Amino acid sequence: MSDSDIAEKVKELEERIAQLESDKDNLTMILFSGDFDKAMAAFVIANGALAMGKNVTIFVTFWGLDAIKKPAFSTAGRAFLEKMVLMMRPKGPKKLSTSKMNFGGIGPKLFSYMMGKKNVETLPSLIEMATEFGVNIIACQMSMDVMGIKKEDLIDGVEVGGVAAFLSNSFKSQSTLFI
Amino acid sequence: MAKTELNFKGMSCPMPIMKTAIAFKKAASGDVFEVVSNDPGFEADITAWCSETKNRLDGIKKVGGDIIATITKK
Repeated sequence: MSDSDIAEKVKELEERIAQLESDKDNLTMILFSGDFDKAMAAFVIANGALAMGKNVTIFVTFWGLDAIKKPAFSTAGRAFLEKMVLMMRPKGPKKLSTSKMNFGGIGPKLFSYMMGKKNVETLPSLIEMATEFGVNIIACQMSMDVMGIKKEDLIDGVEVGGVAAFLSNSFKSQSTLFI
Repeated sequence: MAKTELNFKGMSCPMPIMKTAIAFKKAASGDVFEVVSNDPGFEADITAWCSETKNRLDGIKKVGGDIIATITKK
């Protein structure tokens, strides 16, 4: 190998190492669940990672979309079945059910009260903080289509994408969590 | 150099490290902070935060239920 070949090889390896190093700064999550407790876990982890200077991408799909809906939006112009689904699903983080001990909607109120007593931030404020810190939220286009959810129904700053958008982020991250 | 005290008592995870991160964003390199929290998980959290963000943890002391971390911004 000539000197220039070696120099080229070294440059190539340096670039590769830099790429691997930068992967450490990314965290990807899939928020599939629309349960209050699971969304809470997702956004606590997201905020922690953001505080540690990481880039965080959350791919929100299926029931997870309930957590990033606006508290109110009109369902005018949607198909009958879409309207039914939208009516039956909670609108926004304040309306979610807990995965255990829901007790017909009393559970989340009970936990919110207990968390408040321990000064734990509320889910809406954790979501807001993550947004301020620059979390990258990708809402799943396919789930949105199926359930008749429009981009305007979701909190501001959300990007809409598909599986490739999620995967390209995940491939560049050292860890990907499914919640 | 004068130390800036950051009092995050009464806050729960992940707020103390979030607030620390926000304060450090605005600070200059070499600034020294004393971060106070009474969250029992804070010692492990701030240690991990410093090691991950490369800010220097100069020491941790416990006074009663308070955990006080002295950190120099990198």
